[in-house]
Amino acid sequence: MSLLSSIFLLPLVAALVVLCIPRNYKFVIRLVTLGATLASMLLALALFAKYNAAPVENGFKFVEKHAWVNVSALKLDIGWHLGVDGINLGLIVMGAIVAFAAACVSREITRLEKEYYTLLLVMTGGILGAFASLNLFFFYFFHELALVPTFIMIGVWGHGENRNYATFKITIYLSLGALIALAGLIALYIQSGANTFDIVELTKAVKARPLPLAAQSLIFPLLLFGFGILVSLWPFHTWAPLGYGAAPTATAMLHAGVLKKFGLYGLLRVGIPLMPDGATAWLEILAFLCLGNIVYCGLVAMRQKDLNLLIGNSSVAHMGFIFLGIASLSIVGVTGAVVVMVAHGFLAALTFGLSGALREKTGTLEMEKLGGLLRQIPFLGAALVMAMLAGCGLPGFANFVGEAMVLFGSWRAFPLVTTLATWGALIIGAVYMLRAVRNILHGPEKSEWAALKDASAWAKVPFVLLLAALLLLGVWPRLLTDKIQPSVAAILTMANTKTADKAARPGDVKKAADEAKQRAVQPR
Amino acid sequence: MNASLIVLELAVGLLGLVVLVQDWFTPAKDRRTLGYGAVLGVAVVLLYSFFAFDGTETLYAFGNAYVLDGLALWFKRFFLLAALLVLIMATEFSDRFESGQSEFFALTLFALAGMMFAASANDFILLFVSLELITVTFYVLVSFLRRRVESLEAGVKYLILGALSSGFLVYGIALIFGASGTMNFNELAERVAGNTTGASSKLLFTGILLVLVGLGFKMAAVPFQIWAPDVYQGSPTPTTAFLAVGSKAAGVVLLMRLLGTAIPDLAFHLEKLLMAMAAATILYGSLCAIPQRNLKRLLGYSSIASAGYLLLGFAVMNRAGSSAILYYLAGYLFTVLAAFTVIAVVVEKAGAEDISALAGLAQRSPLLATSLTLAMVSLAGIPPLAGFFGKFLLLKAVIAEGVRWHAYYWLFAVAVVGVLISLYYYFNVVRAIYWSKGTTDLTPIPVSLPTKFALGVCIAGMLWLGLNPDGALEMAVEAVKSLKLVA
Repeated sequence: MSLLSSIFLLPLVAALVVLCIPRNYKFVIRLVTLGATLASMLLALALFAKYNAAPVENGFKFVEKHAWVNVSALKLDIGWHLGVDGINLGLIVMGAIVAFAAACVSREITRLEKEYYTLLLVMTGGILGAFASLNLFFFYFFHELALVPTFIMIGVWGHGENRNYATFKITIYLSLGALIALAGLIALYIQSGANTFDIVELTKAVKARPLPLAAQSLIFPLLLFGFGILVSLWPFHTWAPLGYGAAPTATAMLHAGVLKKFGLYGLLRVGIPLMPDGATAWLEILAFLCLGNIVYCGLVAMRQKDLNLLIGNSSVAHMGFIFLGIASLSIVGVTGAVVVMVAHGFLAALTFGLSGALREKTGTLEMEKLGGLLRQIPFLGAALVMAMLAGCGLPGFANFVGEAMVLFGSWRAFPLVTTLATWGALIIGAVYMLRAVRNILHGPEKSEWAALKDASAWAKVPFVLLLAALLLLGVWPRLLTDKIQPSVAAILTMANTKTADKAARPGDVKKAADEAKQRAVQPR
Repeated sequence: MNASLIVLELAVGLLGLVVLVQDWFTPAKDRRTLGYGAVLGVAVVLLYSFFAFDGTETLYAFGNAYVLDGLALWFKRFFLLAALLVLIMATEFSDRFESGQSEFFALTLFALAGMMFAASANDFILLFVSLELITVTFYVLVSFLRRRVESLEAGVKYLILGALSSGFLVYGIALIFGASGTMNFNELAERVAGNTTGASSKLLFTGILLVLVGLGFKMAAVPFQIWAPDVYQGSPTPTTAFLAVGSKAAGVVLLMRLLGTAIPDLAFHLEKLLMAMAAATILYGSLCAIPQRNLKRLLGYSSIASAGYLLLGFAVMNRAGSSAILYYLAGYLFTVLAAFTVIAVVVEKAGAEDISALAGLAQRSPLLATSLTLAMVSLAGIPPLAGFFGKFLLLKAVIAEGVRWHAYYWLFAVAVVGVLISLYYYFNVVRAIYWSKGTTDLTPIPVSLPTKFALGVCIAGMLWLGLNPDGALEMAVEAVKSLKLVA
């Protein structure tokens, strides 16, 4: 078993191991889960360290390829094909780190632990597998594998009065999105004439013979809205705050942080490069839908009284930046979108993890009932302040880098949207984030929280890890952008084959990217 | 003439007779052994089928009325495996019969023989006779719990509607014979191709439609599905399981023969009809399943929806669709039998067939809980289980046809709506297993060794078909080779 596949097969194997452990050995079950996710995280970091940006054929490294189903009579050829380039590398590493953090915070689960940890491991394996797959079938297969545990976990271990409603809502929304995307993927398989689900082969086939216009304008919206529902694109976002509010902490971390990025990744990997003409018409519309995410969901977040609902809405709002970056089809914007995907993964995991810890300690997340907590729980409080500031896009955190790049990159294509989005990000984001900080952490101490204890040393581990990642990428974004940029450039050459005027000369692009990074690094 | 071809059917029929005769010499308390004997016998026949035939060439017997090709052999093995698992379930279940345990085993075997003949039918006479053998034995099997009103009610319903559909079937066969002058599938195909039926083609077509009524009844396809929920609910659980798997598959294989061998040149006229039937069946099954609280009734509606998915494969009328049908059926066998095996055990302990009887099952028996969960997940079409790949193949076949005619995209959309709705009611079952409140009875449920074996086979089958579809798909493709289909 080689490096890439062991990153996501390890959790899946661990899930089987957990299934075989008697349910009374709770400590062993937890140990196996922590061990597997830790090992998977270390392997992912090793992958990141080994990865270099040197160009290779097809652009993918650590490639693994085996035949799986090959029935010539049906022209059905589904192969096991894995590989990483700059785009999914960051997502895999981020996913593995978040998965370990999610396993760490799972102490809050006190019943049916065996089932819980099995599902958590399956979810982890599915997420990482989806990002590593270069075959559309397995890409979809692993996503479904991760999605179903999400529903079950929300239903069984969820919180709140309306968790049943939330479970069914999220199940129906996300399954609908996945099935629409599946229709698009199968249609792509058939229309391309290449009879393959292999992304690399499809890319080659489309390069040789672009898809017919009619097919593109049919398939692209299927992918856009199918994937869009999965990423909570406005106005299909209503499942997200509700679902995350009801979900157990680890599930919310993994879904909001990692699994949700699947749709964006699919759009970037499949939708835009293979169907450039279908994309041009729809990306204009997408840019305006982003405003729905950034401004509308931001305003909704301002009105929330429950911390989890606030974070859920703000997470939906952040998706708007990624969509905007992708819609810009400029190298700075798309690279920035990928950076936001990674950064938001850490951020969402951090905020949901902290709110979970808070709920565990206080039993409530209603901000009016909390207050003055910073004195009692300095570590958790400080981490929450940092997370909130990162969420407003404070320089020094990875989110700032990505969001700044997105705004720079999209200015040319959509000046109006960019202007509004900047306001939405700076003003609205700051208002609700800072208000949450004030309501929860500052203000007069309340007597009922006098006995509150801060997180133990072990409980600090996941938060330290996530904060460290956010800060590291915030001050040293080249670590990521240098790897992302060549892969994005390859996708954009395909995407801009029809719209040559939008693509700047490579030299300009490099310069712009460097400038943006310079700005990102300099503290203001 | 090659009478040795029917050796498998003969063996099964003989086994049934042996069970009946042996019943006289077996004291009442040992009747269970007869069930295990039947299981063993079916297992031997199943194994023998792999040694005796390989299905690569098409063999005929009895004046071409009986055909033994890849398709027939595939379905014979399918029926044998289904009967094997059903008999294990029936043996466990037989304590609940006041009398006639051995008759139950024997009748199951006779129905099995009927299904195996149906798999080889190449003639309208054999089609009718084998279907009658299946249906008549099921009249008895359905109403086997004589003291239960539901069982009797189910029996009467099945009898009346079954007899009605047989009437349509015979009438249709008569019209086909009148129009074409032949009962044989191959000859009919030749005459249709040579257009020697001439002016009577309308008559022929009416006949085909009436035969479709009879087969639609077996498959529980809309609008011939009314019987299914009541009969599924009222029958003894092993009967329900055999009805859901065996009887439906018999309808499927006969429809395949009819469209692929008897009227390949006319089949495209049925395209719109089959599409409409598929869409209506999927929607009806899925929508009606939503409010159900009775487990067997729920599975009855789910089986109607499954008939709809199978009809998708018929609507596209090509090799991809037909092999997808076989693949879906194979997955369906393991999935549904796992579900019914669990239900049979749970219902016996709880005394109720309501979904709430599953409360606390995760604590009472992890094996049963896991099996039922896997079955529901597979039925809902979620990876990595068999149901996912089966539905994937069917949906892929439908989208592929969309290039030719856009109406198939709408059919796909309907199927997607069906899948979405089905998530709701399948997950309701899973939810009842793991997180229902107010469970008082947490006594462990003992699971006997044969049941464990049956569940093990089902789980292995679901996982194998889901994770390693290559070999099974090759087999399905090989099996449909003998049908005249578009590539």
